[in-house]
Amino acid sequence: MNEGTFQPEHTPDISVVQQNRAGSHQADSLASAEDLRMVEALRSGDESAFVLLIDQYHASMLRLAMVFVPSQAVAEEVVQEAWMGVLQGLDRFEGRSSLKTWIFRILTNRAKTRAQREGRSVPFSSLPEFNSELAEPAVEPERFRGPDQQWPGHWISFPRSWDEIPEERILSQETLTRIHEAIDGLPYGQREVITLRDIEGWPSDETCNLLGVSEANQRVLLHRARSRVRRALEKYFEEE
Amino acid sequence: MTNINQDELNCQEVVELVTDYLEQALLPELQAEFEKHVAECPGCDTYIEQVQQTITMLRKLAEQPMFPETKQELLEIFYNWNQG
Repeated sequence: MNEGTFQPEHTPDISVVQQNRAGSHQADSLASAEDLRMVEALRSGDESAFVLLIDQYHASMLRLAMVFVPSQAVAEEVVQEAWMGVLQGLDRFEGRSSLKTWIFRILTNRAKTRAQREGRSVPFSSLPEFNSELAEPAVEPERFRGPDQQWPGHWISFPRSWDEIPEERILSQETLTRIHEAIDGLPYGQREVITLRDIEGWPSDETCNLLGVSEANQRVLLHRARSRVRRALEKYFEEE
Repeated sequence: MTNINQDELNCQEVVELVTDYLEQALLPELQAEFEKHVAECPGCDTYIEQVQQTITMLRKLAEQPMFPETKQELLEIFYNWNQG
């Protein structure tokens, strides 16, 4: 099997799959049989296995690295370093996390270290972001009726539907630029969560595992990030 | 005209629960209240639609292909590692 092309779906090792299911309520917390076969294929020098892996993860890794480092060029370097780290660390991979989580952990550690060297103060924990005093509301309070008015807490005027906006505008480069700008303005934890969940489409359990946050805290970060991006888009679409 | 029941959710509260709702993390009772409010409130209905449209637009940012030269560089990294 080492000689041939890596086969992603090939006689799963039942014991590992069962251990995975029984071991934790989080589906992502252990390496799957497929992960272990992938690691074995890489160790034996199977280039097609490596190609499969980079096709799957490289672009996502680049976007996640961009959260921390100041330019695409630096992000490219960080991701290459991360791939080297992955290959050099293969012998230490013990399967206590999924291969994906392990790879992205190597990436985020490299990216944060590099960001600090570039003079950015990137916290290794997003805990300070949970301070509720720093929380901004999802929608500006002045959009709602005050406590002394009739119908307190209800919209003064409804948000305007985006359904009438032409598709070309919704999908325009300018719209994507506005979204990027809004994300760039977020604290790091929120940027990580919105990048993984909404841009990359990761499920919440994988995101929590990588970031080491609870589901509830992840939702807080996601909520603040999405709210800010929606507000930026609303502002943009209201401009004529 | 109906009086607003103080126990019912208002719009300002609903917008803060949208993520928990979409993540299916609301307790059943609160979820029912949330849905009742939204069914009667065009403003909050539009708001939730905007959040969903925002998520759809965010997903578009992932549609960037990898440069072929990057792949070549990575394969060289693999080759060198494999030789070493």
